[in-house]
Amino acid sequence: MSLFSFFQKRNTAPAARERLQILLAHERTNGEHSDLVNLLREEIIQVIARHVKVDGEKVAVKMDKGDQFSTLEVDIELPADLERKKAA
Amino acid sequence: MAKTIVVTSGKGGVGKTTSTAALGAALAQRGEKVAVVDFDVGLRNLDLVMGAERRVVFDLINVVQGDAKLPQALIRDKRCDNLFLLPASQTRDKDNLTAEGVEKVMDELRKDFDWIVCDSPAGIERGATLAMRHADVAVVVTNPEVSSVRDSDRIIGLLDSKTAKAENGERIEKHLLLTRYDPNRANRGDMLKVEDVLEILSIPLLGIIPESLEVLRASNLGTPVTMSDNNSAPSIAYSNAAKRLCGEDVPMSIPGEKRGLFGKFFNRRAA
Repeated sequence: MSLFSFFQKRNTAPAARERLQILLAHERTNGEHSDLVNLLREEIIQVIARHVKVDGEKVAVKMDKGDQFSTLEVDIELPADLERKKAA
Repeated sequence: MAKTIVVTSGKGGVGKTTSTAALGAALAQRGEKVAVVDFDVGLRNLDLVMGAERRVVFDLINVVQGDAKLPQALIRDKRCDNLFLLPASQTRDKDNLTAEGVEKVMDELRKDFDWIVCDSPAGIERGATLAMRHADVAVVVTNPEVSSVRDSDRIIGLLDSKTAKAENGERIEKHLLLTRYDPNRANRGDMLKVEDVLEILSIPLLGIIPESLEVLRASNLGTPVTMSDNNSAPSIAYSNAAKRLCGEDVPMSIPGEKRGLFGKFFNRRAA
């Protein structure tokens, strides 16, 4: 076994280093943004709730950070009987 | 002026308690008056590593709740007159550890000691944030291993946001203590190197503690590793780290890197 590993060169440290660098770059920026995303989510729910009855659980806000630009994805599921509730 | 250190890591089992005991003892051996404080309520072990497990009468929560006075709870080390231990509670609920209570105890300790070394519990819950709360200096204990490095990064983020210093707009001094380092494995490319961890975490290096049987031997006996054998590699590494904490300029060396041909061969065979 030891003879095999002697010939079979498989340095794992560079992989560890690279994986950590990518992961932490992501986690560090996400840390900053997780608050922003939550804030946006709360305010978006408030604005919609002024006009339509909306379930907070059905509002998903996602941020995807890219190199050139980031995207904010807002997915809101409205109830089927939207019109009636709106009128009420 | 007392200095408060928190020994922290996020991840468990990387050597916080060992490092707290070793650094505390090394500082005390330099003539400083030192209190080591265990914040790991329910899972205390600093008493055991210090060899004082049978002398615990009162603990941190007793003092916080006013059931005991601080001098009653402090255990004086039998080997070193100016080293004291404040144990954590093993049985009480950790919710009894309040921010105000801890602040009072820390203020009282500051009046009487040169150094207060706080052993943080693992995790990022209240115990860990309370341990770091009043620190001037943080020693971030990290193993050269991916999960430990990631958790240390998280802890560094908390040190910069959740400590009293950070909230006052000051910067908390942060140092990396790399433990369980094996220079042979790092040189073979099978372990993150010192430079890798430093580059990723980008905080200054306090010391490199080699993986060593001596650490286990010392804890078996309830002796801080800096008190068990002054010439062992981890003991020298911890003592040098303590000197650096005191502001001394000690050249950084990677312990145990020199190895004869036989050693290299043997190590490869054993791996």
